[in-house]
Amino acid sequence: MQDNILKELKLSTNNSVSINVPILARVEGEGALELQIRNQQIESLQLKIYEPPRLFEKFLEGRNYSEVLDFVARICGICPVAYQMSATQAIEQCFGITINPWVRELRRLFYCGEWLESHSMHIHFLALPDFLGFNSAPEMAKDYPEQVRRGLRLQSFGNSLIKLLGGRSVHPVGACVSGFYKAPELTQVESLLNIAEQRLADCRDLLTWLASLSLPDNSHDFLCVSLYHPTEYPFNEGHIVADNGFNITSDQFENYFKEFQVPYSNALHCTLQNQTYLVGPLARVNNCFGHLPVEIHLLLQQLGFNFPSKNMYHSIIARAIEIYYCVLEAIRILKKYKQPKNSFMEVTPQAGIGYGCTEAPRGLLWHRYEIDENGIIKSARIVPPTSQNQARIEQDLHISLTKLGLNKNEDELRHYSEMIIRNYDPCISCSTHFLNLTVNRS
Amino acid sequence: MEKMRIAVHKFTSCDGCQLAFLNAGEDLLTLSELVDIQHFAEAGKINLEEKVDIAFVEGSVSTPEEIERIKRIRNNSRFIITIGACATAGGIQALRNFAQYPDWLAAIYATPQTIQSLNTSTAISHHVKVDWELWGCPVNTKQVLDAIRSLLFHATPRIKNDSVCLECKRKNNVCVLVAKKQPCMGPVTQTGCGALCPTLNRACYACYGPQENTNTTSLGNWFEYLGFNKEKIAQQFLHINNQAPAFKNAGQYFKGIKIVNQ
Repeated sequence: MQDNILKELKLSTNNSVSINVPILARVEGEGALELQIRNQQIESLQLKIYEPPRLFEKFLEGRNYSEVLDFVARICGICPVAYQMSATQAIEQCFGITINPWVRELRRLFYCGEWLESHSMHIHFLALPDFLGFNSAPEMAKDYPEQVRRGLRLQSFGNSLIKLLGGRSVHPVGACVSGFYKAPELTQVESLLNIAEQRLADCRDLLTWLASLSLPDNSHDFLCVSLYHPTEYPFNEGHIVADNGFNITSDQFENYFKEFQVPYSNALHCTLQNQTYLVGPLARVNNCFGHLPVEIHLLLQQLGFNFPSKNMYHSIIARAIEIYYCVLEAIRILKKYKQPKNSFMEVTPQAGIGYGCTEAPRGLLWHRYEIDENGIIKSARIVPPTSQNQARIEQDLHISLTKLGLNKNEDELRHYSEMIIRNYDPCISCSTHFLNLTVNRS
Repeated sequence: MEKMRIAVHKFTSCDGCQLAFLNAGEDLLTLSELVDIQHFAEAGKINLEEKVDIAFVEGSVSTPEEIERIKRIRNNSRFIITIGACATAGGIQALRNFAQYPDWLAAIYATPQTIQSLNTSTAISHHVKVDWELWGCPVNTKQVLDAIRSLLFHATPRIKNDSVCLECKRKNNVCVLVAKKQPCMGPVTQTGCGALCPTLNRACYACYGPQENTNTTSLGNWFEYLGFNKEKIAQQFLHINNQAPAFKNAGQYFKGIKIVNQ
């Protein structure tokens, strides 16, 4: 499959043209796109995810609840914090544990670190080379040294926040059910607060710079799904809402969201009442715009950006907005940090079912665990953001490619498709990862 | 002089070990001056068939396609260095090797026949010769850059494999096994992480794999003495590096499975 590297054009016997891009670069995981065009119309369009399945849900069975956070972190190297947060929330719900305000705030801080690291990496390593015409970030760094270094600083600050609470930024080890194994020292917090304040100018400069790029417009209507909290921008808490008025609690998820298998993908598709929908930064900014701080509203007004937006190319702006938000939120939490008496509580297992739903960098991440009275996992179900976005990506490609014009040459179609897919920042190792585009036309 | 050529490949994994490069910050920019990165899909460079000096491999072999791909990579590479628990020992997903995998697939997928995957998840060394192994779940930037720096000097990479215990002593940590009676895997686990877990007051869970000359039975007996049952002790070994021989055997032993001729 990967023998024929890049642009291979071949004419098959039935007079159809096929193009092959055996590897989609700059996405996280392994995937492919197959496109059939007949009489200037898309006959079929399949986003294929062939990332090999690892079946975490099965090997969690029979393990103790205290091991779950170390296990689920391994689902994704880019967003382990998200997996740990949704899992711990579900376990705590099952055991009837209410976390204390100190833990609640520090979990937000932990999440700020992950959004910063993930968003900054996506903007600078995965998305921007597209817009500026480079193959990779190191290449881009030769022409845009200050911009790339600014991105690396923001990414590195995110990693430092995760390390503060988790010891390391990939598969952190600090979080436990009911809290954190150890509270950070005041001196560590002070030095990070100092760095956070220096990063504020980077956030404003990044957003201003991205706003100056001419981004394509592929606006069309779609459903935005995210958590919504009455008083704050959501990380760990809130109802699951959509911008059509849909509003449920996380334990009702299974009644409305349906997962199903398609024969060409190793990741299950998911729809909300038979509709495709978007999760992730743009959906969150659209649904929760009112909860962003005044500084961000003023800057966006100055830059002439309005939300809600249904232009998927604005997802890069949404990521930069959330980067700014995370630095502001981190400053707020770090400023009032005090060392607690206990960083976690005594946990007594209780038999039952618990649900957890939090906002991973790429969107809604829902977990459900059935646990017995000894704290042993009986069954687990995990619905990651990328599998939820799959059907929406296919629909977007349908609409956007048709708008672009299906008579365009294969190079252009391929490049445009890759950009569309990258707007969603697909994390394919999560969903069960790269793009192999085949266009067939007759 | 021609620059050293490197490649970073992904197999069945979470992508976390590639972050040793992507999270390296300024060092990544320096690295891209010192070496030619020929293939690194996530960073945007695709050149799968190119001859390279060092191929870094992340992930385990779990599909028929991966068996073929690793052979081609071996033919094109002077050195192969595995990065992380998946590539080095099969990873956490190798827990399937103890189960009836087809049943697991059928429990998740309505039509498992469309999924191309093997019944086992295995280490890269199971399929081709591996020159150096970097353990860890995940490996960190320092381990990877140390190996490249050594090879740039035409020296053999020096990989540490003393135990986490020694790192704890160097950091003046209070022993979580002795003082807190937690089932700490530090005595049988190799260092490299900087004794992260005990530093955060929790037991090590062996994500860096077995150290040299482990005495797993003795440690398991200690856990039993501390009040843990055999099933729990077996699970301690059958975790992230469940296919590393020392841990696999210890896991089987505490499960009550006797293996003769070993």
